[in-house]
Amino acid sequence: MATVTATEITKKFGDVSAIDGVSLSVADGEFLVLLGPSGCGKTTFLRIIAGLEKQTAGDIAIDGMVVNDLPPRARGIAMMFQTYGLYPHYTVRDNIAFPLKTQRVPKDEIRTKVAWASALLGIEHLLDRRPRQLSGGERQRVALARALVREPTALLLDEPLSNLDAKLRSSARNEIKQFQQRVGTTTIYVTHDQVEAMGMGDRIAVIDHGRVRQIGTPASIYDDPADRFVATFVGTPPMNLIDWNGGHLGFRPEDFLPREMIENGEVTEFSFFIERSEYLGSERIVYGRLEGRSAAQEITAKLPPAHVPLAAIRPGEWHPFAVRNDALRYFDQSGVRRRQS
Amino acid sequence: MVALAERLQARRSRFEFVFDRPRVLGTLFLAPAIIYVLALVGVPFLLAVYYSLSAYTVYNPSYHFVGLQNFIDVINSGVFRRTLANTFIFTFGSQILGLILGKFGALLLLRPFPGRKIVRALIILPWVVPIALATVAWEWMFDSLYSVINWTLIALGIVTRTDAPNWLVDPGLAMLSVIVVNAWRFFPFAIVIFLAGITAIPQDVIDAATVDGAGFWRRNYQIILPMIMPIVVVGLVFGLVFTFTDLSIVYLLTNGGPVNATSVLGFEGFQVGIISGDVAHGAAISLFMLPVLFILVIVMLRFIRRQEI
Ligand SMILES: Nc1ncnc2c1ncn2[C@@H]1O[C@H](COP(=O)(O)OP(=O)(O)O)[C@@H](O)[C@H]1O
Ligand SMILES: [Mg+2]
Repeated sequence: MATVTATEITKKFGDVSAIDGVSLSVADGEFLVLLGPSGCGKTTFLRIIAGLEKQTAGDIAIDGMVVNDLPPRARGIAMMFQTYGLYPHYTVRDNIAFPLKTQRVPKDEIRTKVAWASALLGIEHLLDRRPRQLSGGERQRVALARALVREPTALLLDEPLSNLDAKLRSSARNEIKQFQQRVGTTTIYVTHDQVEAMGMGDRIAVIDHGRVRQIGTPASIYDDPADRFVATFVGTPPMNLIDWNGGHLGFRPEDFLPREMIENGEVTEFSFFIERSEYLGSERIVYGRLEGRSAAQEITAKLPPAHVPLAAIRPGEWHPFAVRNDALRYFDQSGVRRRQS
Repeated sequence: MVALAERLQARRSRFEFVFDRPRVLGTLFLAPAIIYVLALVGVPFLLAVYYSLSAYTVYNPSYHFVGLQNFIDVINSGVFRRTLANTFIFTFGSQILGLILGKFGALLLLRPFPGRKIVRALIILPWVVPIALATVAWEWMFDSLYSVINWTLIALGIVTRTDAPNWLVDPGLAMLSVIVVNAWRFFPFAIVIFLAGITAIPQDVIDAATVDGAGFWRRNYQIILPMIMPIVVVGLVFGLVFTFTDLSIVYLLTNGGPVNATSVLGFEGFQVGIISGDVAHGAAISLFMLPVLFILVIVMLRFIRRQEI
């Protein structure tokens, strides 16, 4: 277990900048999530930390020691790949044992550790199978067991759940999180799924075009987005944005409520034209536009269904809506957050 | 609905969709291959079996049946036993050498370097140059007087002019020479096979091995090689079958000599059956290839099935 620090990491593929000056540091035992859209450089960054790719500039340090020139096997880092990268010609047992064999761990110690790792992930009954005889969820566990068996200094996970179906994904999410808390390994978890990021990360680093846009706890990312990108990337439906004094004014759909639902506090009122609404069981999403604004700028409101005076919210009609002033977020022309308008 | 069904019914003739039936189309597509195999492989093979059981020679074309006498004669001949051993040495020697060259060639060609595309194209040359032409060039390189190989060895001070090796005259060296030429001809094929196999391995698997602490050798021999084994074995079966039945290099380079030291089955069958005109014994010699090749192919195919991943 260790700290991992990246300082001003840059990676160029020819003229293309995949990573553009990323600095961040992961504390011992921390679970850091790298969140960003596809192609923003997340995989490249993990590969640089693991030593599979050499950065164009910048330093990687593990426990304060710069490891730029160390090969992957000297870094003691484990990585779990997006397609898992299991060895198809080995049994599950040999797959898990492989990282130990490369370190010339004695045979009986290998046996004990493989037993420990497979028990931890509940895959003891699969040890004699080959990867092709496993389901997606089982493969994911085997890959995780293989990554953990040698108790790595840090664990890198590259979109580990993206190959699982939705139901399996939510249970696997819990498992990985619990499991990481139990073992306490420093973990960097890459995903493009903001639900995963919000649910799992001690901290989230939001990345776009090879740059860190914001690092912080899930709550701070959600409530205090540093810029327009973070504000619209995190949250479903995304934050509403309207043109405002040359910049933008933003508010979350769940803060945009019928005027009569907000009882006290200072509010900003809008006249809202309701176009359609979707009932999702636990909530109702209402789509429409604001008076005096372009029809192209769709605004959404997320309402708790039980409390809505449904009679009043009818498609094709205007209704007074409002946002509490403390829920308003201002962004200037360049998209950077401003504390006031 | 009723009208539509009637219209479909009316249009449907018995043969309208005849090519949609797998049996019809399959038979049609397979027919040329089957006819080809029967005419050009099956008939000559049966003819060879027939000749080998007769006393047929060019000078006395009689179909007098002699049973297994020809095979017994052949087995009792010292030249034949030498030939059979030579065939194995020649086949396995050149295949192993070719595979080693192929593996290293493939590893070199996988790394990016300037001019890689040109080298990749050039490396195919030994395979596409007509074998007669290539063998003449090799004959010159092995020549006792003009040998560039000897010239190089002497220049490097490894041997002296007086004890310079006499490549095609010394029996052991003559065998080595035909093996080298055949390996040289085969290794581009081996490179192609290895490249195809290695590039088909998912990058994540190789990266996983790297992160798991495997160095160059372990990655190659514990991950890459086992994963490409099935395709390598298929390539090897082809190479073994072609080499086992080949006579061109021996015929052109050493003519089986010196004193049968490089004679192989195909060459000996050709010598006895065609050149000397003893068709019956020539056929018997050639038929010795059959069980060997048969066992070889079975073993290899079973191996692939077991390795299947
Ligand atoms: N080996 C490579 N050669 C050239 N460009 C690459 C290479 N690897 C990644 N890239 C580019 O770098 C960018 C970031 O890629 P990647 O790290 O895979 O993104 P992510 O994992 O966030 O989807 C992409 O634009 C991609 O095309
Ligand atoms: Mg990726």
